[in-house]
Amino acid sequence: MVRLAVEEAVRRGASYPHAVLSWVDTDGFPVSVAGPFRSAGEEVRVGPLSGSVRPAAGQEVCLTFSHIRPQPGVGYDQRRYVNLWGPATEDGDEVAIRAVRASGWDEAETPFVEYAERNVGTGLAFLAERGRRPRLPAFWRFFLATRLPFLTATIVPVALGGAVAAHDGRFAWGWWLLALVSAVAAHLGINIANDLADAEGSDAVNVTPTPFSGGSRVLQYELMSRQRLLALALAMFGVSAAIGLWLAAARSWWLLALGAAGLVLGAGYSVPPLRLVHRGLGEPVVALGFGPLMTAGTYLAVTRDWSWPAVYASLPVGILIALVLYVNQVPDRRADEAVGKRTLIVRWSRERVIGAYAASVAVAFALIALGPVLDDQPAWTLIALPAIALARPVLTGLRESYDAPYGLLKAMAANIGLHFATGLLLTAGWLLAAVL
Amino acid sequence: MLPADVETLLDAALVAELTVVTPAGSPVTYPLIPLYDGRTISMTSAVLFSRKLEHLRANPKVSVALSDPVGVPAEPFARATVQGLARVLDEEDPHTAWERLLPLWRAKEPAIDKLVKQRFGLPLFFERVVIEITPVRSLFWPAGDTAAPPQVVELARSR
Repeated sequence: MVRLAVEEAVRRGASYPHAVLSWVDTDGFPVSVAGPFRSAGEEVRVGPLSGSVRPAAGQEVCLTFSHIRPQPGVGYDQRRYVNLWGPATEDGDEVAIRAVRASGWDEAETPFVEYAERNVGTGLAFLAERGRRPRLPAFWRFFLATRLPFLTATIVPVALGGAVAAHDGRFAWGWWLLALVSAVAAHLGINIANDLADAEGSDAVNVTPTPFSGGSRVLQYELMSRQRLLALALAMFGVSAAIGLWLAAARSWWLLALGAAGLVLGAGYSVPPLRLVHRGLGEPVVALGFGPLMTAGTYLAVTRDWSWPAVYASLPVGILIALVLYVNQVPDRRADEAVGKRTLIVRWSRERVIGAYAASVAVAFALIALGPVLDDQPAWTLIALPAIALARPVLTGLRESYDAPYGLLKAMAANIGLHFATGLLLTAGWLLAAVL
Repeated sequence: MLPADVETLLDAALVAELTVVTPAGSPVTYPLIPLYDGRTISMTSAVLFSRKLEHLRANPKVSVALSDPVGVPAEPFARATVQGLARVLDEEDPHTAWERLLPLWRAKEPAIDKLVKQRFGLPLFFERVVIEITPVRSLFWPAGDTAAPPQVVELARSR
């Protein structure tokens, strides 16, 4: 329940069709009676009510206004209610309540996920007093902690690097798979490092997490300990580094430089002393790491050679994955600002954020459109151009739901789809050019 | 056993008003789904919203009101309040114990199955404690007319 000002609560109550009057009867049991009501100022009058079921004069009562909308086959929605407390007095066939305090909840104002998030401390304390903790199966803890669905950010540039190598007639499954596993492990380690870095900062004060933002919450929900999370991150970085070293020794020592740059940028993204995302540098770091570094690195691992066409091919993908981070920071911006995490979203106005998004999408697709002219990109890569349509729901969502974290969910999902679809179509374009 | 008219309301109710008593003696009302098995009224509370559970442990006397013609879509419309004694089953495992109520819950909120499958997204919401209410008295207002005296049925001698 959220505490409400009394007059505001009475005003809200007036929109409900009936009220439920509750008090404690003479044998200690609560009793509730519903009825019509009218209100003015801080007073609500309920009635007509039978004289046989009434609170005593001056007795404290709770007056409740409650609403749901049934949804056949689903359940219900539009949950909201208001509670008022105050002394009751009889007046003819009515009971008058002069409200002195009030509380309530309206899911249209405070979405259920936010309402729940604001009560996480209460839930954890309740469990702790009984020697319990929240539980989830190991797979789901791993799924959450590593933010597994975000692996599309890695799969796309690695696939693209492999496709460019295939176009050049130099693809090799073994080296490509090793590059993929190394990149995946690095990405998962980076995600966990980000959670550890934000645990005492922005994630701790964030009450509007979404599936796309606000961190994994495994620490906040006490699903995993810091130590276990740190061990998991180190294991991921260890796997990535071991495979990376092997690839460097077997294929090209330049991979060592690329891998080191990737790990420094990835960890430095959120971990002190660099904390690049706090400095508004998160987007270029992500664009570089999940664009040219991964695509050109994959090409290098597969072919032992550097490829500028691979670098060019990765530029739109890098821009679009940076835009995933960019949009996902919109619902986090208040929490980020509260802890001094000065992302671009925190620094810029709503209009500038939306304008920069549109401009960046335009640049990414201009690079695709001009690829066959400016660089040695196959004409088949132009099949990625229609994916730009997926930017429209993102822009619409940003314009309409900028201040509603849960209203942005569809826009955030569409934005991830924009990156994934564009990356896969570019990859397909390179492969088609190889076989046709 | 509750009167058949009250049972009809309980079976239809998507929401009921549970009123508990705080240690200071104040009534506090919470809208919750009532799940009736023909003997007791069960409700579940996520540990996130456990204050009511603390109140109930200190004072088990409760009332469950069925008041809203929209939230209690029974034909013909009527209103009822059931007074009872609540047991907070917090010695049970809050991760799984409440799942035995899923058949009753599902009948009223079919979407619960989808939510349970996605419980990893909101794990603390699915750490839940069962509140089991044994009715001791019912008040029933035919046609929902609370201007008239209720039909009162005592269900237990000892209160």
